[in-house]
Amino acid sequence: MLLASLEVPPINHLIRWPAFWFKDNAYFAVNKVVLLMWIAVLMVSAFYLIGGRQKKLVPSGLQGLAESAVDFVREGIILQTMGSEGLWWTPLMLTMFSFIFALNIFEVIPIAQMPVNARMAVPLLLALMVWVLYNAVGIKHQGLFGYFKNIMFPPGVPVALYVLVTPIELVSTIIVRPLSLSVRLFANMLAGHLILVTFAVMTSALLGAGVFAVLSPLTFLLLVGLTGFEVLVAFLQAFIFTILTGVYIGGALHPEH
Amino acid sequence: MLVLIHLLAVQDSGELLKGLTAVGRGIVYGGAAIGPGIGIGLVVGNAITAMSRQPESAGMVRTTMFLGIAFTEALALFGFVLAFIISG
Repeated sequence: MLLASLEVPPINHLIRWPAFWFKDNAYFAVNKVVLLMWIAVLMVSAFYLIGGRQKKLVPSGLQGLAESAVDFVREGIILQTMGSEGLWWTPLMLTMFSFIFALNIFEVIPIAQMPVNARMAVPLLLALMVWVLYNAVGIKHQGLFGYFKNIMFPPGVPVALYVLVTPIELVSTIIVRPLSLSVRLFANMLAGHLILVTFAVMTSALLGAGVFAVLSPLTFLLLVGLTGFEVLVAFLQAFIFTILTGVYIGGALHPEH
Repeated sequence: MLVLIHLLAVQDSGELLKGLTAVGRGIVYGGAAIGPGIGIGLVVGNAITAMSRQPESAGMVRTTMFLGIAFTEALALFGFVLAFIISG
């Protein structure tokens, strides 16, 4: 049979890693995903600490890279969504962007090859953090009453439509926002991981399929192409998560009048 | 097709359940991808029109385009997650 050896492993095989440290502890067991998360924290911290150590006037090397990252977050994300008053949030947005990107890019790094964000824990925690932040900012800037009034009764809507608009806006702002924020990141990374696994499995199955091995370069080329595409996705998802954080916090700072 | 399903059900209900679950997953994700596919096409197409009309505002349009894509795409991703949640 052509694809006798083609068997895509079940999804629990692909994203559930056995613990190798504190094995017996249900809460603090360390597996590959946790280890990758620690490495990401160390990498991002080291990148900005070393990049910002010298502060040369004409940046070069790591400093140039770090400065262009800061510049990208400032120009591409904050000024576009929050205006110049949002610059106070630069440290949060910069670390958030870098951390998510580092977690995502593990998807295509050899040996690691597991996007940490393909497990729900990290996206969920980040989204809950954003949820607390924008609600707190909104209540602080508009008052508890004013904040909920602006959410539930957006100005410029005919009064009769409030029957429809008020519940939708309330549910979408309070419940759906954190859900969609986390699910977007999680599902994108999980889908990318599954696609890469599928094509890798297919290539190896074709290699062992006798005369059909001549087809395996095709799937391998597709695998290489998709790996490049996943680099783009990893960047784009970090960008989108950060820019949506900016939109939500910016909306809480300046309600529509 | 219904007759076939019935015949299979008589033979082996476990296999049938597995097969129908797989079909359901396919339908859920396929259905969830239709709307966002059209939506993302509309968003990007209109963004390209705007960028080519006013190249100087391309940066702003690009940011808004990604926002639009992100909101539209979320629906397809809900379907993707739901397809995994469905179990036989």
